[in-house]
Amino acid sequence: MIDRRDLLKGAGFAALAAGLGSTKALALDTVTLPFANGERPLVRYPQKRPMIGLASRPPQLETPFAVFNDGPLTPNNAFFVRYHLSDLPYNLDPDKFTLEVKGKVDKPLKLSLKDIRKMKATEIVAVNQCSGNSRGFSEPRVAGGQLGNGAMGCARWRGVPLKTVLEMAGVQAGARQVTFNGMDGPVSDKTPDFVKALDIDHARDGEVMLAYGMNGEDLPFLNGFPLRLVVPGYYGTYWLKHLNEITVIDSVYDGFWMKSAYRIPDTPNNAIEPGTTPKATIPINRFTIRSFITSVADGAKLKAGSTTLRGIAFDGGKGIKEVAVSTDGGKTWTNAKLGKDLGKYAFREWKLPVKLTAGPVELKVRATSNSGETQPDTPRWNPAGYLRNVVETVRVTAA
Amino acid sequence: MKRTALLLPGLALAACLGAATAAPIAYKTPDETAAFKPGPNVELVKNNCTACHSVDYVATQPPMKDRKGFWQAEVTKMIKVYGAPIDDADVGKIVDYLAATY
Repeated sequence: MIDRRDLLKGAGFAALAAGLGSTKALALDTVTLPFANGERPLVRYPQKRPMIGLASRPPQLETPFAVFNDGPLTPNNAFFVRYHLSDLPYNLDPDKFTLEVKGKVDKPLKLSLKDIRKMKATEIVAVNQCSGNSRGFSEPRVAGGQLGNGAMGCARWRGVPLKTVLEMAGVQAGARQVTFNGMDGPVSDKTPDFVKALDIDHARDGEVMLAYGMNGEDLPFLNGFPLRLVVPGYYGTYWLKHLNEITVIDSVYDGFWMKSAYRIPDTPNNAIEPGTTPKATIPINRFTIRSFITSVADGAKLKAGSTTLRGIAFDGGKGIKEVAVSTDGGKTWTNAKLGKDLGKYAFREWKLPVKLTAGPVELKVRATSNSGETQPDTPRWNPAGYLRNVVETVRVTAA
Repeated sequence: MKRTALLLPGLALAACLGAATAAPIAYKTPDETAAFKPGPNVELVKNNCTACHSVDYVATQPPMKDRKGFWQAEVTKMIKVYGAPIDDADVGKIVDYLAATY
């Protein structure tokens, strides 16, 4: 049956169809992220609203930060995009798509998209955040994608638990990890393919999901259509896009993207003295706790007096216990009112009525999780610019 | 592709959707616009770097204090880690161009 919603979706799709044929680069304008060499074009891609263009091949698109003030779910057409390798499956055929499950399993599987959609679906609201989100603020600066704070987003993901699929295949005794590969790959066979691994117990915890749906629609192509891994609480590097190969192994996977890349120092807070090299590293894993003011931009001019500040907070899966806000540069703090709880992996909205005195004002926000994790006053540092979670400061002028 | 789209009635929409719903999905990204800044050996740089990635991967890197050391490390990473087939004789020229230009 066709309802209004379908028609609306169809209309959107028609617009998209027109957009798919367009090859003109549409640099609409530029934005300047607040660090050296931070000028970026605003670019338009099919299925996306104007996004901050970090790189075009392979595509990397950042969400304009104002989007995060619109609600706890990031719209699909504003959700950030990050690829590693340039051979994208631009011509994939969803009717021929196959997910293979193999390795140390009793019954290797080949599942079509139809097969997967027929299985019992679950949903989870979860933040996806690029490991390199906010890397541009790292000081000293480090190599890599120079992102502002927009390589994150929160969506309602729909799909099937990875656990269910692994149970169908029958994981054999001695299994230690599960590896994930997508249809995107390198242009040279000398470049290591992008493959990631999770420990077997993590893979079958019931939360890790094979998702085909995002905020009530199919995944946008650039967010992994037709199937991606969702690893709640973990950095985006594990959320394989265009996922078509799952392999159960009886060893610890030692491919480049696990063994050498996406590593953090094996130290307290995974931090080291800025500019130094860590002695030992571990794979990046759960998000650090973060919070942002979304209703006011840095440098804004506001009316002195009463106003309501709004923002978001999230962590690696314990859930947000409280969010405190300072309007005097961190001298005094007041707890904000938390918004609706969409789950421990979701953006948690907060708001707080405040009174701004005339003059320059330093606004700060700091979240604390249910496990007591909170944000540091000064930035921690690691060589890849990961894990940034310093207390954010927004400087405004009230008059 | 969206299953709902296939159910839509209406000639105009159907015509519009016809091409796109026929598999495969044919996603098209915009043309690349970023280009290397002029400088000695820019052609060499272009030929060696852009097979795998667009120019903005270079152009958006931060201004570093030790530019030569930074770009030497980046080019070495491209060769050793990602298997970029760059001739030994060209490495120095590429590093010099990048250090002088970015």
